[in-house]
Amino acid sequence: MAIPLQYNIRNLFARKGSTLLTAVGIGLVSWVFIFTLALAGGFQAALQETGSHENAIVVRNGSTAELTSILPRDVAAAIESQPEIARAPDGTPLVAHELVVVWNLERKNGTSTNVVVRGVTPKSFVLHSKVRLVEGRMFRPGLEEVVVGKLANARIAHLGVGDKIKLAGHAWSVVGVFDAQGTSFDSEIWGDVELFMPVFDRPVYQSVTFRLDDPSHFAAIQKRLESDPRMSVQVKHEDDFYAAQSATLAGLLRGLGLFVTLIMALGAVFGALNTMYAAVGARTREIGTLLALGFSRGAILTSFLIESVLLATLGGLLGCLLVLPVNGITTSTTNFASFSEIAFRFQVTPMMLLSGMIFAAVMGALGGWFPSRNAARRVIVEALRQA
Amino acid sequence: MRYFRLIWANLLRAKRRTFLTVFSIAIALFLFCTLRTVITSFEASLRASEATRLVVRHGASLVFPLPLAYRERLVQVPGITGVSYGNWFGGFYQDPKNQFAQFAMDVPTMFDLFPEVLVPADQIQAFRSERTAAIIGKALAKKYGWKVGDPVPIVGTIYPGDWRFVVRGIYEGKTKDVDESSLFFHWDYLNESMPEGRKNQVGIYWIRVQSPDMAADVSRRVDAMFENSPQPTKTETEKAFQAGFISMIGNVQLLLTIIGSAIVFAIMLVTINTMMMAARERTTEIAVLKTLGYSDGLILRLVGGEALLVSLLGGILGCGLAALVFRESDFTAGGFFPNFRVLPETILAGLLLAVLMGILSGIVPAVTAARLQVASALRKVA
Repeated sequence: MAIPLQYNIRNLFARKGSTLLTAVGIGLVSWVFIFTLALAGGFQAALQETGSHENAIVVRNGSTAELTSILPRDVAAAIESQPEIARAPDGTPLVAHELVVVWNLERKNGTSTNVVVRGVTPKSFVLHSKVRLVEGRMFRPGLEEVVVGKLANARIAHLGVGDKIKLAGHAWSVVGVFDAQGTSFDSEIWGDVELFMPVFDRPVYQSVTFRLDDPSHFAAIQKRLESDPRMSVQVKHEDDFYAAQSATLAGLLRGLGLFVTLIMALGAVFGALNTMYAAVGARTREIGTLLALGFSRGAILTSFLIESVLLATLGGLLGCLLVLPVNGITTSTTNFASFSEIAFRFQVTPMMLLSGMIFAAVMGALGGWFPSRNAARRVIVEALRQA
Repeated sequence: MRYFRLIWANLLRAKRRTFLTVFSIAIALFLFCTLRTVITSFEASLRASEATRLVVRHGASLVFPLPLAYRERLVQVPGITGVSYGNWFGGFYQDPKNQFAQFAMDVPTMFDLFPEVLVPADQIQAFRSERTAAIIGKALAKKYGWKVGDPVPIVGTIYPGDWRFVVRGIYEGKTKDVDESSLFFHWDYLNESMPEGRKNQVGIYWIRVQSPDMAADVSRRVDAMFENSPQPTKTETEKAFQAGFISMIGNVQLLLTIIGSAIVFAIMLVTINTMMMAARERTTEIAVLKTLGYSDGLILRLVGGEALLVSLLGGILGCGLAALVFRESDFTAGGFFPNFRVLPETILAGLLLAVLMGILSGIVPAVTAARLQVASALRKVA
């Protein structure tokens, strides 16, 4: 027969101070665990979701980012004429050739940062389908006007609608703000590519993005373009291209998070061991009584183990609650592939919360195992005689 | 301290508990030192920068180069005692994951401007006299097992193609803060290999000024000189330039401080709990000591001293372990932190933190024990 769960719950309440201290200790470990996952996850999501799987992006062979890529006009034209490219309703191919430069601008707090300035075509807004204008209006081709991503708008000085921003010696009117749903485009400034080329003195494109008429045609067009002797290019799924840029940093963040939390968990398990040993020690007579009443050693072991897991899960729950306010907080780092600032939001997912809870429960089980076994091995007579 | 033996005996009585507590504190301080070292490693470039060295780059963006012709104009600016230049090469070895810094440098001037890069004289000679020669840092040489005379193939991304350099020298830093994981090769070699439109382009000029207090003045003068040209410049001290890079990494410092505080706080709570349990179990004993004539103040010091001793032991263990592990393992997190080493300041801060944890975790049980009423304490247990 099992010892009622009520026994454990009441015991935890009986030692309120000790329960709380241990639970908060374990909760903080879960908190750090989820916190680092949310940081790495948010950064990765910002880049990964920038690309869409139905799009392909072409850059110069050997370039891992648009910044180091060069595609002359004739190469861009040759790409545009490929048959596998989807068509807009008006029959023109869904292709955007874009220019990318990085510009040193001032943050609102006075420090300076590198911002991606992207020359785009009307088709860019079709291909990057997450981008929606949320304030002001679109720039007019041929005029010195730009639209800016919402995170750039929030963090960089002089990027409000109606402001003028100085780029390449010209003053550009900011006429609109777009929302790219947390992707890296949100940290960028967009304008007319045909105007950017002469102004920025860059007679070449950095990338060509197109929509495939059928996803299964990717391999064919990739092979044809990459083996074309007139150009030295590489073709990638757009989502893979951006995901690769996040791999190093996200991996590093996850690695650091895992390293820190695993070691920290060891410390918390030691704490839980202490608490449970003390709990077992203080209840020696109770254990003797339970044994005398006929509860099996297995039942006693299970009961103490449950108590420990319960305590830790309580802590895990606390950690989850404390980490929720972090969700959505914007922070920034540099995408070293593009050498520019990328703002992103902490992303706490239900999966992360669940992992945090499981993590806490495992800590509880580890911390409870030895003391519980110790409890179950007591000898009735000695236990009752003691104390 | 006369009562040290008594405190020590008390600790040894509950060996398991003492061991667990000391280790959990050691873990907290090990992590504290690690996280703190992440921050100080980022800042190594700041400590390595020279106060008389300035960086001149394109005013708008790092992606735009400056003309080679600026060199002649910079040399003539009063107060400037040396000019060198170079380009960030941005290639990789075999796989894009194998990244380290490569710079095309103006070889005749680089050792003058960078006296902290130490190379044996014969190796400098060999490096100077061969077009495709390169010198590499000691850490880089160790990582890939490269020796003098080895060929090093690099795939260019900014300067596409397969490049092949020959190691002619291995440099060491004058101080521990100098990065020893870069590769330097001839700027002339890069320039000759460029097509007509990309020749004579310089990424960065380094200039040396006579004394640090001239830095601001010279910066202004240089920037004013090129202000209305198609390639305006931005001149700042090397330190400010490096600080700009560090700020690019974002709020790392804040995030790591948050994580570190959470760790220390968590372990402190656990320690407080343990100390309170330990004191509670000994209520009778403390009452007996008091009956024997031990004063309240002495009891306070005995119980508090126990907490302090446990924390300090944990602190020494944790900080010592961190210093040892990272010195022996050449940990670089995949090249991200070229010189990851625990600074003495960090260890000192860790030990202070341990003392603080000891005081905070000992204060409640110590005060409780000191205030204990002998009669009621003895009655409670009986």
